[in-house]
Amino acid sequence: MTGSRLPVGAALVNRVLGGGILGRTPFARLVVFTVAVFVSMTLLVGSDRFLTTANFQSIAFQLPELALLSFAMMLSMLTGGIDLSVVSVANLSSIVAAMTMVHVLRGPAGAGGDAIAIAAGVGAGVCTGLACGLVNGCAVAFVRVPSILVTLGTLQLFTGLALVLTGGQAIIGLPDSFQWLGNGTLLAVPVPLWLCAAGAAVMAVVINRTAFGVEARLVGTNPIAAWFAALPVRSVLVRTYVTTALVSSVTGLLMVSRANSAKADYGSSYLLQSILVVVLAGVDPAGGSARVAGVGLAVFALELLSSGFGMMRLTSFATELAWGAFLLLVMVINSVLERRGK
Amino acid sequence: MTPRSSDRPFLSLTAIGKSFGGVRALDDVSLDVSAGEIHCLAGENGSGKSTLIKVIAGVHRPDRGSIAIAGQPVASLTPISAVRQGVQVIYQDLSLFPNLTVAENLAINSLVEHRRTLVRWRDVRRTAEHALERLRVSIDLDRLVGDLPIAEKQLVAIARALLQDARLIVLDEPTTALTGVEVDALFALVRDLQQRGVAILFVTHKMREMLQAADRFTVLRNGRVVESGPAAEFDEARLTHAMTGRAIGETRFDGRVDASAPPRLRIRDLTGPILRGVTFDVRPGEIVGLTGLLGAGQGELAARVAGLETSGTGEIAVDGAPLPACTVRAAARAGIGYVPEDRLREGLFLDRSIADNANASSLRALTTGLRLLSTRRMRSQADRWIHDLGVKAPSIDAPVRQLSGGNQQRVVLARVLATRPKVLVLNGPTVGVDVGAKEEIHATIRQLAAGGLAVLIVSDDLPELVQSCSRVLVFRHGRVTAELGAAALTGDALQEQLSAAH
Amino acid sequence: MTSRVRRLFGRHEMVLLGVTVLLSIVIGALNPAFYSLQNAFDLLKTSVPLGILTIGLLVVLISGGIDISFPAIAVAGMYITCTLAIDVRSLDHLPALLAISTAIGLALGLFNAVLIHFFRLPALIVTLGTASVIRGALLEFVGTRTITNLPPSIIAFSRTNLFEATLANGASAALTVSILFFAGVAIAVALALRYTVIGRGAYAVGADLAAAERVGFNVRRIHLFVYGLMGALAGLVGIIHASIIRNANPLDLDGLELTVIAAAVIGGASITGGRGTVTGALLGVALMVIMDGSLVLVGLPSQWHQVFIGLVVLVSTSITALRTRSARAGEIAR
Repeated sequence: MTGSRLPVGAALVNRVLGGGILGRTPFARLVVFTVAVFVSMTLLVGSDRFLTTANFQSIAFQLPELALLSFAMMLSMLTGGIDLSVVSVANLSSIVAAMTMVHVLRGPAGAGGDAIAIAAGVGAGVCTGLACGLVNGCAVAFVRVPSILVTLGTLQLFTGLALVLTGGQAIIGLPDSFQWLGNGTLLAVPVPLWLCAAGAAVMAVVINRTAFGVEARLVGTNPIAAWFAALPVRSVLVRTYVTTALVSSVTGLLMVSRANSAKADYGSSYLLQSILVVVLAGVDPAGGSARVAGVGLAVFALELLSSGFGMMRLTSFATELAWGAFLLLVMVINSVLERRGK
Repeated sequence: MTPRSSDRPFLSLTAIGKSFGGVRALDDVSLDVSAGEIHCLAGENGSGKSTLIKVIAGVHRPDRGSIAIAGQPVASLTPISAVRQGVQVIYQDLSLFPNLTVAENLAINSLVEHRRTLVRWRDVRRTAEHALERLRVSIDLDRLVGDLPIAEKQLVAIARALLQDARLIVLDEPTTALTGVEVDALFALVRDLQQRGVAILFVTHKMREMLQAADRFTVLRNGRVVESGPAAEFDEARLTHAMTGRAIGETRFDGRVDASAPPRLRIRDLTGPILRGVTFDVRPGEIVGLTGLLGAGQGELAARVAGLETSGTGEIAVDGAPLPACTVRAAARAGIGYVPEDRLREGLFLDRSIADNANASSLRALTTGLRLLSTRRMRSQADRWIHDLGVKAPSIDAPVRQLSGGNQQRVVLARVLATRPKVLVLNGPTVGVDVGAKEEIHATIRQLAAGGLAVLIVSDDLPELVQSCSRVLVFRHGRVTAELGAAALTGDALQEQLSAAH
Repeated sequence: MTSRVRRLFGRHEMVLLGVTVLLSIVIGALNPAFYSLQNAFDLLKTSVPLGILTIGLLVVLISGGIDISFPAIAVAGMYITCTLAIDVRSLDHLPALLAISTAIGLALGLFNAVLIHFFRLPALIVTLGTASVIRGALLEFVGTRTITNLPPSIIAFSRTNLFEATLANGASAALTVSILFFAGVAIAVALALRYTVIGRGAYAVGADLAAAERVGFNVRRIHLFVYGLMGALAGLVGIIHASIIRNANPLDLDGLELTVIAAAVIGGASITGGRGTVTGALLGVALMVIMDGSLVLVGLPSQWHQVFIGLVVLVSTSITALRTRSARAGEIAR
């Protein structure tokens, strides 16, 4: 293979894009993209509506859910896998948490008030996430089933369990003070945003500054060499999927709190969006790369876009169409630029 | 052996030059291969052999020089036109499809070539039978190629090449994965093809095979032809000199081993799929070579010691303590460091930096109080090993992919040594490493042994074994059949033992 | 003769057949209604859309790819065609509707192929994206309302039976004519995989793309073929599905990709490419359909279906992984 024969399609896109500013690093590309989204939304929607505190506040409440799920997705891709079950883990955890809270409130301990109920609910939700992560991780690490098949299966399994638990109904009647997690503010900053910032910081430290993070990156780069180098490959994989699931379950708690109810099929569009964010951030789905800052910026750009769409009264269907189209477009652009770079 | 060389060469390369990004891979290379001739293209790794093969296959277009096939000048050779003119290259990976049957693999080219839409299985079978008949071999046509042993896969690849009216077959390192008997069978086959007027270009770096098979030699070094002529004019010394640019080094390992010291590595009665009760000790400072024909047990022994191969019985102990489990992790914890044979696949994280690679196996030792990695210690450890082992690189942040073979091997060594092993197992430590770097790596290994390490080297490079080892164990059918040390350890003696092992 | 049987039923297929038979016996013992002709015909009916899609996906998997956009494609074919047929009455002939829906599916499948082949993008993420584009565009530009007054020709199709019988208890059992499409697709694809160069090429590309290119296979044509076929079959299934449930809902079939992937993988197709047979896929479909249809018969509420499918995917892929691993043990140390 000479590799010099650029396919027609690639050549065309190449010509359209020219050698402009899009040709630099993925992060530079992302900054350009974000600014472009910002400017075009401001122009399209009108600055008097788009550039308002209210708008940015609502973005600040909405962004953390997608951001946290995207971090989880990024982590699974770091080891060269993929976790398609993130949203279903979030939902199952949130349902278990909500049911526990409702149960405790109604039970004899109900007198103890909201605090016990919330503690029990959060504990149960996080434990559910842990269990889900262990199932994914063990199947990938020990049985060595490709992660895509494992997580397709557990996506069904966890959503199914959520349906069985709720009978398809929403769970309501949560403790009032639990709403603070998703809707409150701390020092004038929304609580979810604090949570998201903490998540980003922990993620950055874990990936760059712990043995586990560096080992995960090495496993994603070359799993065979990782085994020969006596890296704890299985434990790295199990921990990766457990961490992914834990982050997902925390997101689930956030979702329950914000909606003040839990349901088996909340947030199903997040799966596509989180993959879109990760690809947009320049993470290689083949493994070995992670970009925390990139994911943060990509989520911000998408939320700008999403709120702009909302203001332009685009339907949810048009938004779904736009997400898909963006995902394809970003991948095509990356592929063309990468090939040109070589 | 009566070569029926015709006067006019089938393939004629004249003054070929090829550069990649300013690096001159081939420079003024001329080569003639005649019908009915077994021509051996010899050279160390990195000498330009593989570039030259790709020029012949039409994959690379030369910058300078001309190519003629069957006396006709060829303006531009492409992979397809090369095949049309009877040039078949059999690469090391053989390009077979493991999920298809032998018959289909054999007939696959004719399926594609005639632009047919339908597969006539009767034709496929007939084509395949015909192909195997021509080689006078019999392989079950209905077996999946993935289930065949390597030697039979190679026969399928050769048969497939012949089906396409090959007039020149280029064999790229064909014996790498073959056992001694299989090598002999392959040579018999190659001579048979020669009798039928097929030209053979045999590409190898193994001395024994060259002298056994070739009619003519062309030796490449640093992208240039340094010697060329009929086989009768060559012997081992001259070939070695041509390939390496120096005579076989007479440096010998003279490290003193304290025979009374307790053994670092104790191997007792190791038995496995191939191994049959192998027992020996390695003392601190000792370098023990393990050799034999492919599949004789030396590879399995190394894999057992490194914890890669898990089936079998027997005991492995480091400093008197038996390994608790048969895993890579357990071996590493016990102080066994392993440098794998296939550097690119098994040894390196190509897209990661030199520092990441060097620190990969010792990350846990580089954490501070909060279990966070210390950037400073990571850099200083990487810096130290890179410096000690003499890795030539712009910075420790450069991806390993950019390094030469020798420097890559040093990075693997750095990674292993950073774990402070007590026993070092090296599998083919200088495969794919150029001559100068080879000497330096040998020197490093000797130095390490002098520091008290017990070293095992698995290799089929006889000069390497003679120069670097305190003693060499020769394997045959899973047992150690000879042990050569001190004065008895010579290239001839080793050669004799290996030949006896057939 | 024996070799022919062996070719049709490899070891994996034999195991699968055994499991299917065993499962049928167990379910029949729990609820004898399982053995009724009516149940058999019902199971066959539900197997038609699933079966055709599984065979399409089988070819994609063999070539080393994956597609999760086919439910969206099927819905698009179905809904656009039905909308069109209601507006333009003269189009209301079954062959014309089938052709339109199949053509829509083909076009969308080829779009996937173009992205995957020309830009060398990962198929999973590409088809995730196209699925969302297709569904979004359909709901935004074509409509969101469920069409309950289907074109008369589709209603007529849904009432056409190949075989009808009145049972002793007075109930009637009927075998839908759409089973012929399933049979036709299965036979055609089985023959194409075995007797056409492009079919053999799919196996070659799935095993080793670079080697297939070197041998001279036209990889572009193979990619266009496998994803195009998947899309076309999805379009066909769209109309059949509408005829079975007698309406056309643009939000339908969501999540069907999981069941189909499960059936194909249980049937022995490898997600890494190069392996899979039509016989295996058919047995995988049979197992899924019997299991799914029988949960109700043995008294499990429908909410358990998804749990069950998830478990089946996990267990069957684990068994396959464990088996290939033991076959490869010791390969590393020569």
